[in-house]
Amino acid sequence: MPSSFKPIKESRHEYALFRRRALAGFLIIVACLAALAVRFHFLQVVRHEEFSTRSDANRVLTRPLAPARGLIYDRNGVLLAENVAAFRLEVTPEQAGDLPALFDRLGRIVPIGEDDVTRFNLLRKSKRSYQGVPLRLKLSEEEIAKFSINRWAFPGVEVVPYLTRSYPLGAEFAHTVGYVGRIDNDDLARLDKDNYAGTTHVGKTGVERFYEDRLHGEPGYEKIEVNADHRPIGEPLARVAPKPGENLYLTIDAHLQEATEAAFGGRAGAAVAIDPRSGEILAMVGVPSYDPNLFVNGISKADYAALLEAPNKPLLNRLLRGNYTPGSTMKPFVALAGLELGLRKPSDTVLSTGEFFIPGQSRAYRDDIRGGFGRVDLQQAIARSVNTYFYSLALDMGIDRFSGYLGKFGFGKPTGIDLVGEGGGVLPSREWKRARYNQPWFPGETVIAGIGQGYWVVTPLQLANALATLANRGVPHVPHLLRAVQTGIDRPPELLDKAQPLPSVIQKPGDWQAVLDGMIGVVAAGTARGLGNGFPYVIAGKTGTAERFSRTDDTWTSISASPIERHQVLFECFTPAESPRIAVIVALEAGRSGASDAAPIARKILDAWLPGDQEQQARLGAAAASATPTSAVAAEVRRPGRGAP
Amino acid sequence: MIDEVTAQLRYRLGALWRKPRIDLPLFGSLLLLMGIGLTTLYSAGDLDRGVVVSQALRFALGLTLMFAIARVPPQALRNWTPWLYAGSVLLLVAVAVLGEGRGAHRWLDLKFVRFQPSEMLKLTMPMMVAWYLHGRPLPPSWSTLFVVGLLIAIPGGLVAEQPDLGTALLIAASGAFGVFLAGLAWWRIGALLAVFASAVPVGWHFLHDYQRNRVLTLLDPEADPLGNGWHIIQSKIAVGSGGLWGKGWHQGTQSRLEFLPEHTTDFIFSVFAEEWGLVGVLLLLALYIFIIARCLWIAAEAKDTYSRLLAGAISMSLFVYVVVNGGMITGVLPVVGVPLPLISYGGTSAVSLLAGFGVLMSIHAHRKTAPA
Repeated sequence: MPSSFKPIKESRHEYALFRRRALAGFLIIVACLAALAVRFHFLQVVRHEEFSTRSDANRVLTRPLAPARGLIYDRNGVLLAENVAAFRLEVTPEQAGDLPALFDRLGRIVPIGEDDVTRFNLLRKSKRSYQGVPLRLKLSEEEIAKFSINRWAFPGVEVVPYLTRSYPLGAEFAHTVGYVGRIDNDDLARLDKDNYAGTTHVGKTGVERFYEDRLHGEPGYEKIEVNADHRPIGEPLARVAPKPGENLYLTIDAHLQEATEAAFGGRAGAAVAIDPRSGEILAMVGVPSYDPNLFVNGISKADYAALLEAPNKPLLNRLLRGNYTPGSTMKPFVALAGLELGLRKPSDTVLSTGEFFIPGQSRAYRDDIRGGFGRVDLQQAIARSVNTYFYSLALDMGIDRFSGYLGKFGFGKPTGIDLVGEGGGVLPSREWKRARYNQPWFPGETVIAGIGQGYWVVTPLQLANALATLANRGVPHVPHLLRAVQTGIDRPPELLDKAQPLPSVIQKPGDWQAVLDGMIGVVAAGTARGLGNGFPYVIAGKTGTAERFSRTDDTWTSISASPIERHQVLFECFTPAESPRIAVIVALEAGRSGASDAAPIARKILDAWLPGDQEQQARLGAAAASATPTSAVAAEVRRPGRGAP
Repeated sequence: MIDEVTAQLRYRLGALWRKPRIDLPLFGSLLLLMGIGLTTLYSAGDLDRGVVVSQALRFALGLTLMFAIARVPPQALRNWTPWLYAGSVLLLVAVAVLGEGRGAHRWLDLKFVRFQPSEMLKLTMPMMVAWYLHGRPLPPSWSTLFVVGLLIAIPGGLVAEQPDLGTALLIAASGAFGVFLAGLAWWRIGALLAVFASAVPVGWHFLHDYQRNRVLTLLDPEADPLGNGWHIIQSKIAVGSGGLWGKGWHQGTQSRLEFLPEHTTDFIFSVFAEEWGLVGVLLLLALYIFIIARCLWIAAEAKDTYSRLLAGAISMSLFVYVVVNGGMITGVLPVVGVPLPLISYGGTSAVSLLAGFGVLMSIHAHRKTAPA
């Protein structure tokens, strides 16, 4: 195409200049792009490893998977603690926006209490804003349905399934099985962080606390791909399943436990039934009790206040920390001490005149009957609970030998049961008084210690443990609640190894027989006569009626307490007398006498225990006949399932 | 009247087919680039066809504009240049007074279309510089340089004030390349650079807080990894994790899982680098170098000073886009809103770039040795 005009200013010089500059420019461009290429090489090759790792760290989140907590059964497979599927409402603060307004709107669909909001705010502190925080727990079907319809209006609010601990038998086992609760700061300090990364609850009391390590299991994890908002995308990339906790089979018989609780009829007190041959706790009841389910997800203020203000302190674990004056239940032990120490023979007699005096002192120590019981030997002294016999025996013994021998039955120290928070009671001794009051010991204190009064303090568990040792002819066992452990659902429960038996604390079998005769006398013709009527086995027992208030106390003189509530009453017994298979103690905080109030409760417990025992005896007999002793042991632990034997 | 216009239009459009005045190597490599752009966009947009279609429509519009401009002789362009320049500066003033935009006044709403007048200057600025230098003795003297400086400073200052430092930089660069190619003596270039370098501390004073943050963040992105440093850190992770061969198309987790912000626009190069690796990056850079080289060759073949300078400035501007964007996503330059040519999602940039290539095509068609 011919040009229609001449360039205004065209020169060879300008053209050459341009070509040089264009070339220079191009070289600069190539240099710059080469530098850029070097930079890409540096990032993509030299530092590739590092950025690759960071890219994975960005997108892959390792999420801990909490193990399913082990279940707890009674000795026959009755479920005591289980994991129940439930639904809760979770709010993700990042997406939810204005929270108070949200709670207000949400509250019109699903009731939200003040406690819910308090807990929400508490839990929120430990979470990131993109994590869901539980707001309402245990939604009902109706609530779920109502929310689902309105779900579109609540971004960042979700219904989330979860497993929650449940105690189907409720209050009956609150003081033994205990409960789990949310992990708090104190728990965090003692728990292994990795192990508990996905776990929300931990055993707080009872078996749940003591066997936390067995029940918890091992956590697993899953690797999931997440986006920049930390929301999971697709299926997990890798998954290691958590290992569930062990299922525990307790020594307790839920059927006997239930009967024991019922036997109290709501009166405040405690009872322990124990197998003297092994130390297995068969029943363990403190009344009143409380519903452990309330504590699992945080108890509401109102419920907690109600429990604190309730009469007779339901939250107190009487079995482990209840302080009782043993009173006359101590007499068989004191009698045994007299025989073993060679201070008395069974046939030695003491004259009971109704009053006992320490030589040279004027204070009178009384018998239960004005005028006394006359001349009594050891058997009668136990059977009729003659104080004078034990006053003189204790005085002869002296406090040092007294506390030295009775200490062998575990008084004055925790029994070592597999529960936490056990109290030790008080075994009167010179050392104890010196340590406690920094005062010398007086002989009068020895005298009243001889009948289980004075400084004496026992917990129901301690007394039951001592009684079991006595019943087992002096051979002690550590009382315990765990009987068998199941380490996998496809594996049978395995019985725990039995502890090596300790040597008997009783030197001469004759001494034991003499005390036994006295205790049989209690039920046959003594303070608790008639208690064994219609019972197939011989029952050996001892009543105890301790004064709730000191006679020098103002309360006693004003008699503000009615005669019914004047005493702390106890009863201890075991059966069959010659080879005991159960030992029972019953302690009531208020009553007229051990015989009239505590003993009938003990009899009801024995009645409830009897059918199971007879069935077992029949089975053992049959097993012995077919000469396969192991099958009987195996049959003792049955497969899980509800229903009493 | 309307009939005349449509007849004229029909004739001109028909001419596109009868006499396509295009450089085939340049056109082919542009198509290749756009193909890469759409493919990357499809992945970065998480397989959203809408985004790809809308970008393809912009390409179509830009290509139409390119063909149309290619038919306009450079002489005509030169005659219109002062008016186009004055018009675009006036629009900038209008934007400063009436404009709207997110935080920055960049957009002009013309009811049926919203556009950024600053984009026009990417073309009218080198045109104006070329027009002015065309009539001056070269190499430029100080007085010539002073006038060119004013021509650059007025619109550059207006755009920087919007504030859109990235675009202001690109506009100023396109003007400066004109002077450079006109043969400004090296010692004068050196003196100018020394003056600018000494003015940096003063300039720092005039920067907005967010702009200062971007520079400070560049020096130490880990100081605020979830805030100001997030873009740079995530972009470097995307690029670095791509490695030599890349993670593969649509396998880039950084963009797919939304760790990488702006991954369809300013940071699309990071997505490309993550998915295609160093090999892909080198091939892409090679394609850009080819395009720039071809453009410079077209400039060298041009008929007059105006065409030469204009073509040269446009081709060198293209390089600024690539280096600034590449430097940004690899963490060597601050975060400024400079798109990757024909790859980043965004309308005005694609259209103005293709319009620029239209000018190059026109210059090519009217080159010294142009066939009759």
